[in-house]
Amino acid sequence: MESVGLAGRAFAVFAKDLRLEWRSRYAFNTILMFGVTTLAVVSFSLGQSGLPSRLLAALFWIIMFFSAMAALSQVFVREEEAGTALALKLSADPTAVYLGKLFFNLTMLSILTVIITPLFFILTDASASRPALFVMILILGVIGLCAATTLVAAIISKAAMKGALFSVLSFPILILPLMMLVSATDIALAGRGWGDAVAPLQGLLAYGVVMITASLLLFRFVWRE
Amino acid sequence: MHRLIAQSLAKRFGALAVFSDISFELQSGQSLAVVGPNGSGKSTLLMLLLGMYQPTRGAVVFKDGDALMDEDAIRRKSALVSPYLSLYDNLTAEENLVFLVTVSGGNVTGKRINELLSLVGLEGRGMDPVGSYSSGMKQRLKYAAALVKEPAFLFLDEPMSNLDDQGKQMVRDVIEQLRGQAVIVLGTNEQEDYGLADGICRVGR
Repeated sequence: MESVGLAGRAFAVFAKDLRLEWRSRYAFNTILMFGVTTLAVVSFSLGQSGLPSRLLAALFWIIMFFSAMAALSQVFVREEEAGTALALKLSADPTAVYLGKLFFNLTMLSILTVIITPLFFILTDASASRPALFVMILILGVIGLCAATTLVAAIISKAAMKGALFSVLSFPILILPLMMLVSATDIALAGRGWGDAVAPLQGLLAYGVVMITASLLLFRFVWRE
Repeated sequence: MHRLIAQSLAKRFGALAVFSDISFELQSGQSLAVVGPNGSGKSTLLMLLLGMYQPTRGAVVFKDGDALMDEDAIRRKSALVSPYLSLYDNLTAEENLVFLVTVSGGNVTGKRINELLSLVGLEGRGMDPVGSYSSGMKQRLKYAAALVKEPAFLFLDEPMSNLDDQGKQMVRDVIEQLRGQAVIVLGTNEQEDYGLADGICRVGR
């Protein structure tokens, strides 16, 4: 029997989750409906009159945060509830499982971001004077949110009150990157230069690297008994 | 030659002592029936042997020849059939088998999958979603999922559950087929299953 490497095994987990999602569309519909509904409520409540860039940045990341909370735990909760986690534990290297699940969450949140971002600009009449900077913030934000929530999803998947616990545990881990994301997004929306955004961007990059590294080290202990 | 060694195993869940001081050594071609009443810890012992639980005391050792096997090798060479194990309802039987082999680091051909599905009595149903299977068919598919890994260590928890007479015969045939090659540990409280193994380990009161 030929051997499949770590990347191949992680891709198998990712492809399996994507296939299951394609057939049920549970997580995607949840995340999309939450994002669009929240965005609509925010835009209708505040109107389109020129809102301060700081407020717009905060609203954008609140929508992203709660959308992530609504669905990103499903990658592990679904395995536990369907009783398939045992088959996965018996067959797959924990690192491959974590990476496969992380890429699945990255894909989900990236698709949401691609849909929500233009809607956000249309409905709030915001403008990104620094589009390249804004895209960079989005990429780092999605990575940061997914890196933190994927590990927390594994932790809470066996708990009774999964939904509440997921938000409660994720919030303290995500408060720092959310503050940096709001700060950086404010800079991009206000049209200030890359120079002003260096500090939050560096912070977000470091956060993503640290969270993914820590998750890779810790995941096998979380995934066991 | 593969060996499974259980050394003075004990397991507690809080104040509840499930079992204590279980030791045995099995090598390829040998089988053991773990027997006892409901709640005696048969499934717990099997999970513990597979590394799903940590023992409160003692150790489990897997060897290939004289060399200790690492976690990856144990995963690749071990398989479990258990009521606690479910396959993916929204995947077809073939997709389930390919996935489980791939994530364990191996490859499998379509021909081999068809052979296995035929062996467990599911020929012609490989492209159906597992969610459409009856409980007996799901149990048969679990045997295919175990055999597709070509296991050196096979763990069977309540091996006959949900199976009709033909299914039970299939299980006996599978065990007979693997008897010379693999270490087989089965947990059961059915007396008629005791004869499937060479030896008996009693747990519980």
